[in-house]
Amino acid sequence: MASVDHVAAAAPAHPRVSHLDELESESIHIMREVAAEFDRPVLLFSGGKDSIVLLRLAEKAFRPARFPFPIMHVDTGHNFPEALAFRDARIAELGERLMVASVQESIDRGRVQEEPGHDPSRNRLQTTTLLDAIAEHKFDALFGGARRDEEKARAKERIFSHRDAFGQWDPRNQRPELWSLYNGRLHRGEHMRIFPISNWTELDVWSYIAREQLEIPSIYFAHRREVVKRDGMWLAVGPSIHPLPRERAECLTVRYRTVGDMSCTGAIESTAATLSEVIAEVAAARITERGATRADDAVSEASMEDRKREGYF
Amino acid sequence: MAVPAGMDLLRLSTVGSVDDGKSTLIGRLLYDSKEIFEDQLAAVERASLKRGDGYVNLALLTDGLRAEREQGITIDVAYRYFTTPRRKFIIADTPGHVQYTRNMVTGGSTAQLSVVLIDAREGVKEQTRRHAVIASLLDIPHLVVCINKMDLVDWSESAFAEARDEFAAFAARLDGIRETTFIPVSALHGDNVVTGTDRMPWYAGPTLLGHLETVDVADRTDWTRRRFPVQWIIRPMTGAHHDYRAAAGRIEGGMWRPGDEVLALPSGGRSRVHSIVTYGGLLDEAFPPLSVAITLEDDIDAGRGEMLVGPESPPLVATELTANVCWMTDRPLEIGGRYSLKHATRTVRAIVVGIQHRLDINTLAQIEDVTSLGLNEIGLVDLRLSMPIPADAYRDNRTTGSFILIDESTHVTVGAGMIVRGRPYEPAEYTI
Repeated sequence: MASVDHVAAAAPAHPRVSHLDELESESIHIMREVAAEFDRPVLLFSGGKDSIVLLRLAEKAFRPARFPFPIMHVDTGHNFPEALAFRDARIAELGERLMVASVQESIDRGRVQEEPGHDPSRNRLQTTTLLDAIAEHKFDALFGGARRDEEKARAKERIFSHRDAFGQWDPRNQRPELWSLYNGRLHRGEHMRIFPISNWTELDVWSYIAREQLEIPSIYFAHRREVVKRDGMWLAVGPSIHPLPRERAECLTVRYRTVGDMSCTGAIESTAATLSEVIAEVAAARITERGATRADDAVSEASMEDRKREGYF
Repeated sequence: MAVPAGMDLLRLSTVGSVDDGKSTLIGRLLYDSKEIFEDQLAAVERASLKRGDGYVNLALLTDGLRAEREQGITIDVAYRYFTTPRRKFIIADTPGHVQYTRNMVTGGSTAQLSVVLIDAREGVKEQTRRHAVIASLLDIPHLVVCINKMDLVDWSESAFAEARDEFAAFAARLDGIRETTFIPVSALHGDNVVTGTDRMPWYAGPTLLGHLETVDVADRTDWTRRRFPVQWIIRPMTGAHHDYRAAAGRIEGGMWRPGDEVLALPSGGRSRVHSIVTYGGLLDEAFPPLSVAITLEDDIDAGRGEMLVGPESPPLVATELTANVCWMTDRPLEIGGRYSLKHATRTVRAIVVGIQHRLDINTLAQIEDVTSLGLNEIGLVDLRLSMPIPADAYRDNRTTGSFILIDESTHVTVGAGMIVRGRPYEPAEYTI
């Protein structure tokens, strides 16, 4: 049975696919494995560029049928209105089912408390909202758009990332993940986070958005906005950010590199108004997207690891 | 720098023993190729200062978890990405501690090239041999041996040659490795990692990055024998697509065209390819590694777990397998043990009926009369399956020749298997 000669003999030029085609194919393969092996998957959609790519990959994996899972948005109540409008338009265009898990509702029901202090972030609170939604709907697999190039703890996470019955990640006890053979076995109450674009970089995502001509929320492009500098970041003045007396609001030309919660997502000064200008800017960037735009990750060396252990995405 | 559309992807793994300087090498590779961002470097500078390292410790760029930074070790497989104008690279960065060897197999399973580190002062160690053996078993065709810490041996050619010859003598006894390249480096100072050096005038070869960018990667794809494990059936059951039914999956072997004959295994149904469908339209031709959907001329049983293949070169439909198994958990594999076995898109039950030998990775001796395999041990194992699977030899096809073993009570992945041969299931007309 063992014969290797034919490999060496097969010398003539064979078609080679580009790195984007190969990444796309891997991601589609992952999504189909999940559809086949889990009872109740769900796709988490934030309105951000990574989850926008996930939706296109789901189309490629399952059309002309409908997606074999609903789409869920964890709504902190501090969303950019542009991102919400985009979400609703895109879901309507796809004709798929959207569920919204609301942090405000978790607060109203006493599940969590608003953090103390001026302009509190709800970033941490959304973990409880997410875990409650998982329990209520008995979701066993949650697609997310996280990438391993984003952050050090994520670099060590599996594509099928196991969560115990408390929603926690145990980085020291992960299952080995070999070839493209994913182990989706779960005990009762456990679930799996699934990261189909683990192997993509920020630049891959932008290149794919350009290639596929995907629509994205307008805040990714340069626009005039009233912002205030806080903890080294430009935060948008609005319902969740109120300038303190010592702070000075300014009107600048900015854009966003990530779309998250308005209370902790910073804008960057930029004049990139088209997709190709954005790609040129990303390729030349000298600061990571999380470092540039997320107040939450700067708290400690291990802040993402700690939040992930608790069940954060 | 915009990424050229025609750029290809090279997946590599790195392995090194404790203190070989592997994290430093990768940190150096990323730093000197300008893949490190300012905020990452600032964090590393802060952490180096806090630890009292006295220099910017590039190893901290890759040690992501709290325990790793505290103990100065690397715990788990970490994936790194960098792009040059020539290639996109995915690095599976794997630790060399004995207790984490399973991660090395994990990281190597998808690699086309593996970078091994040797400390020039110490030469080949047990871990180095283990890495070479695993690279051979996983059939990683290219090895790059970085002989590191050349600064600590006065940039000596004889120290380099000694380590090189010692490794080459060992690797010559292994199958599967088609090409080995030796590079003298100092990861700490950067010599021969991204930029060359004038401190080793006796070395005329490429830098590590230069080699990675230009190596002609051996094609492990089987372009002749058609393999298509069915993952999922797309069945819209709505107006316009009422009768549409397509088998979705990724092509794992051969060139596929409409009109081709197909055999579905293990069920044995026969039909022809009607069309190859993607979101972007119909294809005249499809090949690895594309994910597509295939519609057939006839309504045959070809659901998840079936494999569509070319009837001219079918795999073996087997209920008995002999495979190299790498064991990955504390509780040993024992004769009589029962596990779930996942192969392509099919999961069956398997019982261990025999262990032909255990491999001594230092001497390459095949030790017989063993009844179990412990954590990190590798042996040739006979398995009997509850249901047949369509299998190839791992040497012929990485996807249809590999499987994982899953503990049925803990659900943990406990073993990695590479098929060597199989015994046919009824009907016995298929042979490999």
